[in-house]
Amino acid sequence: MALKKYYFHKILNGEFKGDDMFKLVSNFFALSILLITGLMVYELVKGSWLSIQRFGPWFIVGTVWDPVFTQTFSTLPLILGTLTTSLIALAIGVPISIGVGLLLSEYAPKRFAWLVSFLVELLAAIPSVIYGLWGIFILIPFLRHNAYPFIQSALGFLPLFSGPIYGGGVLTAGIVLAIMIIPIVSSVSRDVFTAVPRSQREAVISLGATKWETCKIVMSYARSGIIGAIILGLGRAIGETMAVTMVIGNKFKILPSSLFDAWYTMAAIIANEFTEATYDLYVSALIEVGLVLLMVSLIVNILARLLIWRMMKFVRGVVQE
Amino acid sequence: MVMQYELKTMYKFEVEDLNAWFGSKQVLKNIRMKIRDRKVTAIIGPSGCGKTTLLRCLNRMHETTPNARVSGKVFFNGINIYDEDVDPVQIRRKMGMIFQKPNPFPMMSIYDNVAIGLRLNGVKDRKKLDSIVERCLRMVGLWEEVKDELNASGVSLSGGQQQRLCIARALAVEPEVILMDEPTSALDPISAAKIEMLIRNLAKDYTVVIVTHNMQQAARVSDYTAFLYLGELVEYGPTKQIFEKPRNELTEKYITGSFG
Repeated sequence: MALKKYYFHKILNGEFKGDDMFKLVSNFFALSILLITGLMVYELVKGSWLSIQRFGPWFIVGTVWDPVFTQTFSTLPLILGTLTTSLIALAIGVPISIGVGLLLSEYAPKRFAWLVSFLVELLAAIPSVIYGLWGIFILIPFLRHNAYPFIQSALGFLPLFSGPIYGGGVLTAGIVLAIMIIPIVSSVSRDVFTAVPRSQREAVISLGATKWETCKIVMSYARSGIIGAIILGLGRAIGETMAVTMVIGNKFKILPSSLFDAWYTMAAIIANEFTEATYDLYVSALIEVGLVLLMVSLIVNILARLLIWRMMKFVRGVVQE
Repeated sequence: MVMQYELKTMYKFEVEDLNAWFGSKQVLKNIRMKIRDRKVTAIIGPSGCGKTTLLRCLNRMHETTPNARVSGKVFFNGINIYDEDVDPVQIRRKMGMIFQKPNPFPMMSIYDNVAIGLRLNGVKDRKKLDSIVERCLRMVGLWEEVKDELNASGVSLSGGQQQRLCIARALAVEPEVILMDEPTSALDPISAAKIEMLIRNLAKDYTVVIVTHNMQQAARVSDYTAFLYLGELVEYGPTKQIFEKPRNELTEKYITGSFG
């Protein structure tokens, strides 16, 4: 109300200038973000209300997905599937991305760095369905015939790497996701490494540090930025739908027998089953899966924020350039 | 033998025909000078005269800048540090460097900031680290101020404290030489005075080379002064002589404030 009065007063007195207009417009845009998010949550809750009423909290902890006979739905395996594939993606993709970032900011000559950055960012522009197709026709045959048997012969004594090899599965989904998050994670980490002041590098070089030790200082300075980059990658991996659906095998089970086994993720089940959902409760359950997916992303993001916040609390002073 | 002995004890650095470039711009021209052991040598001159570059050529930092190039020889303890088989990393470990603006590592504690050089050298023994950290912080007069917050971040200190922390960090690896690049230019007068006192103390055990644009500072802290102009060494001698009876007209003009 106060805001309205303020502008009203200004307009009356002919003092409403371009500056006020700009403030008003940017306030509106800022608020629209909240509005859209709020609306999204509202719609998701509304759409999944039937399922929420029917299953309650059990929806999150239960392990049954049976649309045909008992018409019961719950999502724990899907949550685990989403988190597992995303974590595999991070485990593979983040070290590569940080390596690429370091190469681009610390080692590569300018022109070469420019070329590599361009190519890496090009990867980000490839539609995910293309990654999925590439996964099916190129990656899966290669993994099934070459890579996986080799891994199994070396690490087969671990339950994680035993069991039949289909080609598609949890690990395959993780690998495809890893490739998909490399562009964003590596370009953001290149940016945060480049932003590390030269004075920090000089400080450690003058102490007689080798190139690798200098890189370690650069990484420690950019720690919070790297976490930011990882979170962006994780966000992409958690929400990725098409490519995962095409390679993970889409089997609803509590736990896969190994990393080579098929599984399911939240995003994949929505994409796969939405067209088959023939009755209201089924549709509602799928929408609730979407709601849970949103919540999981939210929780992951909040945890990351807390981590960065805790890290920055340590650095109280102003960093001198 | 006698000559060599003298050379070893009297001079820490012997610079011979040193030229340095940034790209195609030559910033140092045929510098020849000898820098005495356990004395403070100041390098003065107007902005852009190459004094910082000269300092950075002494520990091979100049070449870490993109497009930078060096030719000539710098003998350190009788060894040409620009020799092909000399590893710059090993050379830098024998020299501490202090920069214009304090640059402690913000993600490290005060303790770790001092200990990092030792850790780079592979020292892991906690007791040894503790004692060296304490000794170095005492040397720079910081121990009493920070002993209860050794785990706080290096940037939680004031600017002057940060600069002394950086000096402690450089001292921890027991260098033979301390190179300072306008170490007080970003500090308030009181902090600057503390650093100047510290420099005088350091000269008992270390060779100190200090670049400064502040002539009073050069007069106060140094034993020898070199005046650089447009990349050339114009005059070099005992500080007293340079400031009281400069031989070169240019030097006189500069120190009396006619230009620069």
